[in-house]
Amino acid sequence: MAIKTIRLPDVGEGVTEAEVAEILVKIGDFVREDDPIAAVMTDKATVEITSAYGGTVVWIGGEVGKTLAIGSDLIRIEDDASKGGTPEMHATADSAGAPPVASAPPDDALQQEAENEAPAQAEAEPPAAAAHGAQAAIASAVADANSLSADKSHAAPRMPDPMRVAPVRPEGAAVLASPAVRQRAREAGIDLRRVAGTGPAGRITHSDLDQWFDDGRQQEIRPGRGTASPSQPSEEIVETVKVTGLRRMIARRMSEANAAIPHITVVEEVDVTEIEALRARLNETRGDKPKLTLLPLVAAALVKARETSPKVFARYDDEADQVFYSSAVHIGIATMTDGGLMVPVLRHAQDRSLFDMAGEITRLSDACRSNKAKREELSGSTITITSLGPLGAIATTPIINKPEVAILGINRMAMRPSWNGSAFVPRMMMNISASFDHRIIDGFDAAVFVQKMKTLLETPALIFMKD
Amino acid sequence: MTDLSCDVLVIGAGPGGYVAAIRAGQLGQKTIIVEKQAVGGTCLNIGCIPSKALIHAADEFHCVKEAAAGHSRLGISAQSAAIDLSRTMSWKDGIVRQLTGGVAGLLRKAGVDVMTGMATVLDGKTVQVETGEGSVRIACQNLVIATGSTPVTVPALPFGGDILSSTEALALTEVPESLAVVGGGYIGLEIGTAFAKLGARVSIIEAKPHILPHYDEDLSKPISARLKALGVSLSFDSVAQAHDPQRGLLSVRKGDAVEQVPAEKVLVTVGRKPALQGFGLESLGLDMQGPFLRINDRCQTSMRGVYAIGDVTGEPMLAHRAMAQGELVADVIAGHPARWDKRVIPAVCFTDPEVVVVGMLPAQAKAAGHQVEVASYPMRANGRALTLERSDGFVRIVHEAKSGLVLGFQAVGAGCAELVGEFGLAVEMCATVTDLAATIHAHPTLSETLQEVALSALGKALHA
Ligand SMILES: Cc1cc2nc3c(=O)[nH]c(=O)nc-3n(C[C@H](O)[C@H](O)[C@H](O)COP(=O)(O)OP(=O)(O)OC[C@H]3O[C@@H](n4cnc5c(N)ncnc54)[C@H](O)[C@@H]3O)c2cc1C
Repeated sequence: MAIKTIRLPDVGEGVTEAEVAEILVKIGDFVREDDPIAAVMTDKATVEITSAYGGTVVWIGGEVGKTLAIGSDLIRIEDDASKGGTPEMHATADSAGAPPVASAPPDDALQQEAENEAPAQAEAEPPAAAAHGAQAAIASAVADANSLSADKSHAAPRMPDPMRVAPVRPEGAAVLASPAVRQRAREAGIDLRRVAGTGPAGRITHSDLDQWFDDGRQQEIRPGRGTASPSQPSEEIVETVKVTGLRRMIARRMSEANAAIPHITVVEEVDVTEIEALRARLNETRGDKPKLTLLPLVAAALVKARETSPKVFARYDDEADQVFYSSAVHIGIATMTDGGLMVPVLRHAQDRSLFDMAGEITRLSDACRSNKAKREELSGSTITITSLGPLGAIATTPIINKPEVAILGINRMAMRPSWNGSAFVPRMMMNISASFDHRIIDGFDAAVFVQKMKTLLETPALIFMKD
Repeated sequence: MTDLSCDVLVIGAGPGGYVAAIRAGQLGQKTIIVEKQAVGGTCLNIGCIPSKALIHAADEFHCVKEAAAGHSRLGISAQSAAIDLSRTMSWKDGIVRQLTGGVAGLLRKAGVDVMTGMATVLDGKTVQVETGEGSVRIACQNLVIATGSTPVTVPALPFGGDILSSTEALALTEVPESLAVVGGGYIGLEIGTAFAKLGARVSIIEAKPHILPHYDEDLSKPISARLKALGVSLSFDSVAQAHDPQRGLLSVRKGDAVEQVPAEKVLVTVGRKPALQGFGLESLGLDMQGPFLRINDRCQTSMRGVYAIGDVTGEPMLAHRAMAQGELVADVIAGHPARWDKRVIPAVCFTDPEVVVVGMLPAQAKAAGHQVEVASYPMRANGRALTLERSDGFVRIVHEAKSGLVLGFQAVGAGCAELVGEFGLAVEMCATVTDLAATIHAHPTLSETLQEVALSALGKALHA
């Protein structure tokens, strides 16, 4: 008989920890190889962890809601002696990329919204940035777990965050380790720059890595920090809900973006009568192509606006004081799901046709709603569009999807009287609310961009002009 | 039109593409590989393997010829030496056949479908293939671009007739009376040396001040010396201008002077460029890095689901780099946490003597900000080298002054290509000079030079 440990595998780029969303086995259960044993949630997606071995579960390392560092022990299994497997204490479950756990299908309301002709993707969530961006993930994952009151009362003991341990090597310095050590670290999601090397010339050995794991485990046994309940009068509390998973990630991300970025928001009124007429006409003759909402047209206008306002389509690494500009336009599409707001990315919008964008947006939002979006599909955007659809107000104050520097909010469309110089005429009107990172974007550039968007949306032929 | 679909579609069955396909197949991905010519790509069909076969044949012939001329220091004599190059070529083709057949078998075993035909990229997820039996459209989840590279041309010397690329040179069935090689990089030198040994009058024309311009002159000097001993003429800072096929002369300009170089054939080896045109790839608008496709450390291009490996992704354009990327890309597609973290990509020039470069050259290490020390050890102090009649060349080690961490190795010497494995292993394992000096190296072998150079780096040389 041998006890085998399945560790929390690296669930994707840059993630150092994940929250246990579901434990699918109990002590004493028999599992087969590849059976699902748990689901963990990162800031981007829910990932199912499968067992690398068959055997009986003898130990479970996490509970729902607990945050575990990548590489920490998840479950231990006692395998069948009859199977004759070689004992292997620290094999890593290699299930990164396993299909995410599917959750309940979108409810009727959402279904209806999707069918709604209303502008853009309907949403019932304040326009804002969602969980997103590897750097942000790292920074926010640790920041405010204890500032959320609901969290405090249940604060689970946590692994030391690997990213929080100060680097023992300066940024850019070479890591000295043999390929086998490097692979082991990679599989456990450990940044070797954080690990002290005791070998010759500072080489990191297998035992250095063992030591690193052991240190992590010791800290895990220490009692959690806060146990006091929030100071509400207890008789008024009808229900206490722990903020977990995507909701918690959104909460952190929002407060981080809002605290770090000095926002300026510009609201402008747009006459969308013509673009609506164009959309209706395109839909009439679309054949078996996907139905156009306003969103692909807004995306096409954004692509066009990039020609004159390239600064707005950037990613800002405020720690490194670097702004990255890309020739590609990758548009984040804020999307409501059962679990909360997600922002899948419409990549290479500059190379796509309207219908292609329409199809891709539907595919992406379906993937998000069925929890099947891949990490790559949820990262790398250079600007985000957010929309409340028919629920949208006159104006909103969108929160920037860090590390981007701008976000475009689409508000509700309505027929309003408009003075054409001699008479009031009915026009379809809609406001856009765009927020900018004032550290990078000046008011003037913000205004130029918003005016450009207004011009393009009011005279849609300009979107398709090649000059 | 037939429609197919798969998880992984690889375009190009060179060492990058076929390795990616085999590994993807082994990992359970439904994989199709498309190749317009022959499985094995440049490497097996017209590159690494044929050139090494020719070099070996030329070496053997050269020994016999020396013996027949009464030059053997070993006391060997022979009657007369002759070579039937067409038979040499069919022997070489047999090796190529054996190897390409082997690759085809490996692909089959891994469950990969091999499709012969020209692939055209329609979009990031769809590729059309013109096969002998008509058009096939393939929809794929992941696309791997592994289309390799083609020779760079010189406008004044377009390929065709007597102007050869390496491909034609490696298929010659008669030894030309004279051969001018334009470009003194490793490909030109390898083939040029072989033909010199086979009896051609060889001239090498190089625009830079020395051959193998990517390396320092210490490394190229022993090769220049040997080429001269073989009767090869070398022109540096020289540019080939025009070929006169009637008179068999190539005009070469050096400064203000123009001279005529005998050239029944001209071999143009001025570099290779990535094969990225003519199959619809432009339509994807992928990000570039210079002339190459830009990839990240997971071989991902700027478009999701589109990967690139091998010569299309940049220098060094070498078969083993392509293979390592091929393996990596299959792991990435299968969802494994793989990424490129190699410390070195070794390089070998099968010139005479051979050159091995692993890791940083002294100048590169200094430029990278290291406190560098360099030690070298001459081949002439090595017993094995002397028994092989070759005492030219040296082994050099570049290491960090304080820690002794090995940053790079270079070696020049007959037969030193086989040292490359140990060099690579040492750097990849982050060995220090102490580690190398403390490892017993069998006597008498060329590998002893490695232990000796490590000892001299520590100031404890025994045999120097
Ligand atoms: C003379 C010579 C000697 C060399 N010697 C060495 C050596 O000693 N060591 C070393 O490491 N490297 C050597 N190389 C370099 C080595 O051959 C290349 O680095 C290596 O082959 C690159 O592999 P690859 O998979 O990227 O591409 P390739 O091997 O070039 O394969 C690409 C394949 O893609 C196919 N293809 C291209 N476009 C399409 C399309 N649209 N549809 C279908 N198929 C397509 C091509 O027909 C080709 O077979 C040598 C090269 C030459 C020319």
